[in-house]
Amino acid sequence: MKAKLLSLVCTSSLLAMSVAQAADIDVKITNLTQGIYFTPILVGAHNSDAHLFQTGQTASDGLQAMAEGGSIDALSATLDSINANTLANPAAGLLAPASSAMGSLTTTQDNTTLSIVAMMLPTNDGFVGLDGWEIPTEAGTYHIYLNAYDAGTEANNELVVDGSGAPGTPGIPASPGMAPGTQGSGLTTTESNMMVHIHRGNVGDDEAVGGKSDLHNTVHRWLNPVAKVTVTVK
Amino acid sequence: MNKFTPIIPLACLLLAACGSDNDSNTIVTPVPPTPDPAPMQYEFKVTAINLTNAQPLSPLGAALHTSGQFWQIGEMASLELEQLAEGGDNSGLLGLPVVNSSASSEGAVGPGQMIELMLTTTSLMDQKLSLVSMMVNTNDGFTGLNSIDVSQMSVGDYAKMTTRAYDSGTEANSEQSGSMPGPADGGEGFNALRDDVDKVAMHPGVVSNDDGLSTSVLTSAHKFDNPLMAVTITRVK
Repeated sequence: MKAKLLSLVCTSSLLAMSVAQAADIDVKITNLTQGIYFTPILVGAHNSDAHLFQTGQTASDGLQAMAEGGSIDALSATLDSINANTLANPAAGLLAPASSAMGSLTTTQDNTTLSIVAMMLPTNDGFVGLDGWEIPTEAGTYHIYLNAYDAGTEANNELVVDGSGAPGTPGIPASPGMAPGTQGSGLTTTESNMMVHIHRGNVGDDEAVGGKSDLHNTVHRWLNPVAKVTVTVK
Repeated sequence: MNKFTPIIPLACLLLAACGSDNDSNTIVTPVPPTPDPAPMQYEFKVTAINLTNAQPLSPLGAALHTSGQFWQIGEMASLELEQLAEGGDNSGLLGLPVVNSSASSEGAVGPGQMIELMLTTTSLMDQKLSLVSMMVNTNDGFTGLNSIDVSQMSVGDYAKMTTRAYDSGTEANSEQSGSMPGPADGGEGFNALRDDVDKVAMHPGVVSNDDGLSTSVLTSAHKFDNPLMAVTITRVK
């Protein structure tokens, strides 16, 4: 089922080779939400056949680990294995609501497309993502707005549970910034769409103890877009 | 990637307005009639992915037309749009006189599912592409593309876009049992009664029982945020 790993296919077509150009780029990521944190962000420039995720496809194991627990180790290793240029964890930890992180990349060879992922906290398996954006060859500053995705790998029960960042363990591993509610009964036990899709948002409730959700309905919601990316091609 | 907005220079318009006072005599040689060439065929491929968690999309309708719009924000929904938005029936919109080519998926497009439609036509001039589908676990919510200009696309060109959620404004968003045709309810589809704002607007989203609408038969699973579909339009011929 989880066989849709990052595509390792590297076409050696003449077209791909003709655009092999190194570029220096700055990448700035702004968390546009009011109450959602981003876990360590992974930025990668890679060949145009590779994807960290694709809507309508099942998540890879690495994507699941990132979306459920915030670990970018597996996805970083996959990027390394295809000679991608990566910028890992530019925020040096969590990126708080309405704040920015920045870093630089030098792209090599055929690494002409840019992808970005980071888990959104507190969610079960929500992440902010950019899938294969073509890096312009012309110098300039470019803006991209990102949506919130659901990896489709875990039911959105909205219960904060220690240790639930491990893939397959239901629950939200942490609620930074604001103590979560407790003893929620759980919103749901199933996930209807098991492919990567647009996140339907957190629901939350207004009960500190009990209710269905451990999240707060006046704090932990968002609407797309959830991030702004500014790419400067030098 | 390739939508060009043609800008007609002012000089051209002035020139055209001048008329001709050319009085040179030209001898016209009659051209022998040539056999009619087979009419040129143009073809577009439309792929769409349902990005929602639990909103099946009613059979996806695609149309080519050179004028008109299937909906306009702030305007009353047409009867045909109401039939789509309340009951998921795209036949009215696809059957409008302005439509010169249309296609519909056979069944609903489930969450996470991808569908492909082909549209063919014999003229490219002024062609616009529209796409429509209902979120079936809503009262009168729909998504789609409205009059996307494809007349300047070359063979092999493609355009990627996403679609948003609209509300036809023709039925109150009660979310009550018996009011929605999708599997979450199995209720009524189209009803000619208009008991809502009677203007098309962006959809406010569903509330659901989990979120405090006690009379709703929907759950948190049926909530959605924009965008609803990821669409790729490719000119293949």
